[in-house]
Amino acid sequence: MADLANLQLTDAEVVKLQADLNGILEHMDKLKEIDTTGVEPMAQVLFDAGETATLRPDTPQPPLGSQIALANAPQPGAGYFKVPRIIER
Amino acid sequence: MDIPSLTIDAVREGLLSRRFSATELAAEALRFAEAGNAATNAYLHFSPERALDAAARVDRQIAQGEQLGRLAGVPIAVKDVIVTKGVRTTCGSRMLANYIPPYDATAVVRVEQAGGLIIGKTNCDEFAMGSSTENSAFGPVRNPVAPDRVPGGSSGGSAAAVAQGTAVVALGSDTGGSIRQPASFCGVVGVTPTYGRVSRYGLTAFASSLDHIGPFARSVKDAATLLAVMAGRDPCDSTSAEAPVPDYSALLDGQVKGLKLGLPREYLKQLTSETGDLIQAAVDVYRRLGCEVREISLPATDYAIASYYIIATAEASSNLARYDGVRYTFRSEHSQTLSDMYRMTRGEGFGAECKRRIMLGTYVLSAGYYDAYYLKAQKVRALIARDFANAFQEVDAIVAPVSPFPAFRLGEKVDDPVAMYLSDIFTITGSLAGIPCMSVPCGTTAGGLPVGMQLLTGHFAETTMFRLADAYEQTQRG
Repeated sequence: MADLANLQLTDAEVVKLQADLNGILEHMDKLKEIDTTGVEPMAQVLFDAGETATLRPDTPQPPLGSQIALANAPQPGAGYFKVPRIIER
Repeated sequence: MDIPSLTIDAVREGLLSRRFSATELAAEALRFAEAGNAATNAYLHFSPERALDAAARVDRQIAQGEQLGRLAGVPIAVKDVIVTKGVRTTCGSRMLANYIPPYDATAVVRVEQAGGLIIGKTNCDEFAMGSSTENSAFGPVRNPVAPDRVPGGSSGGSAAAVAQGTAVVALGSDTGGSIRQPASFCGVVGVTPTYGRVSRYGLTAFASSLDHIGPFARSVKDAATLLAVMAGRDPCDSTSAEAPVPDYSALLDGQVKGLKLGLPREYLKQLTSETGDLIQAAVDVYRRLGCEVREISLPATDYAIASYYIIATAEASSNLARYDGVRYTFRSEHSQTLSDMYRMTRGEGFGAECKRRIMLGTYVLSAGYYDAYYLKAQKVRALIARDFANAFQEVDAIVAPVSPFPAFRLGEKVDDPVAMYLSDIFTITGSLAGIPCMSVPCGTTAGGLPVGMQLLTGHFAETTMFRLADAYEQTQRG
């Protein structure tokens, strides 16, 4: 699971998380008790609105620009975000 | 000037009568907040340049006889999950310890357009995940009312700042109770508006279908004014609502006679006696004011915690995937390969509660468990929303507790995540339904700890909620 989440965990963290998650999931099993036959899942709070209510005119806005966009990069370089090499030549 | 007793109206009156200038007020408020911070750790950093610039604009408007904004000269604190251009925004996380946002949240823009002075950014649980502000990477916040106790969370810094008096009002964020619970623990007013009432643009995403920005204040009227300034459609947030924004604070006319209030029987049975007694006393006040009180039922309540912690962690695990060492300031120094960079950056950058929620969220979304957990939780969410919709056929508002108990001691619950999650029961139901809810101080325990009463109404019925809160508040004054 930690691999799926891209999380490096220490051995001590793995032990603690296993115990915590078991306790939490035990509580989550309560959901099995309630009948949800025919209930539509609710993914979002929705209100009455026209189908296009969330659309706006497609007008261009000035972009951030690469200098500002890269200002928080741990390793910027030549106008890009730099990451470790993934393809060997 | 007596900073801790200021209200929005008092600031305006002081400015217009030339008793103080906005610049003098900003300087004094900053001094006062910086001096008071040793006792609470409510602020992570201050923004003097920004506050003084805004104050200078207000003073120019006064000198030129221009119309002042509704928050002119008001010292305001902003939770550090809400981005501020050029002012560090950490989300209480080591991951973003040095992050300087390139833009302002819409709520921040609106507050400053109305003349507000943003004096600093407040401490919070990491990425707003927690109920005590003990999950901040920058140390816990102490409750100004009882320094050995937590201020609640996750917006504990904003609640503490307003309670301590270092800010007149503050911005917080609420996903499952993160405004209402700290407001109740610190004895101030805290409001979670209807989902979509305030733009989320610039609110660092935790669980997007549940996240709200809302106000803290020392009076219902000030909270109502701040909400009216922040609310309204924003093209930058497609989930922000088109509905017109009433002038809430102008509608506080004390008219609550004949309103029907519901008491959910599923909530009242779970209360410690002291909190329960204070809620009942508040309900008696409403009876005396001419409200009709009846018991109602919200039958899906028992399943709310499970539903919430599945949906919120699932969304969080997706939202927090962006912190991978590429764009957001922090990258592990120990990694050689790309995959190690992701894993080690996240392992070193996130605190324990974030990791717990990312793991839980990843689990409930993973193949084989998705239907049993995530989809089931969304169906239960629909049932909870239906419970409220049914209740509001019968009553105008619901009166409920905010937390099963008052502020607990620092360290008391940090080792028991399940107990911490279970204590959110009265706030997460309203969050799941997306309805407006608020916490109003309703007295203190024998030990002197504040207790909050929660008021909930139907979607976009904030006016009724504020009117009820204000009418109660008036009976408690003087």
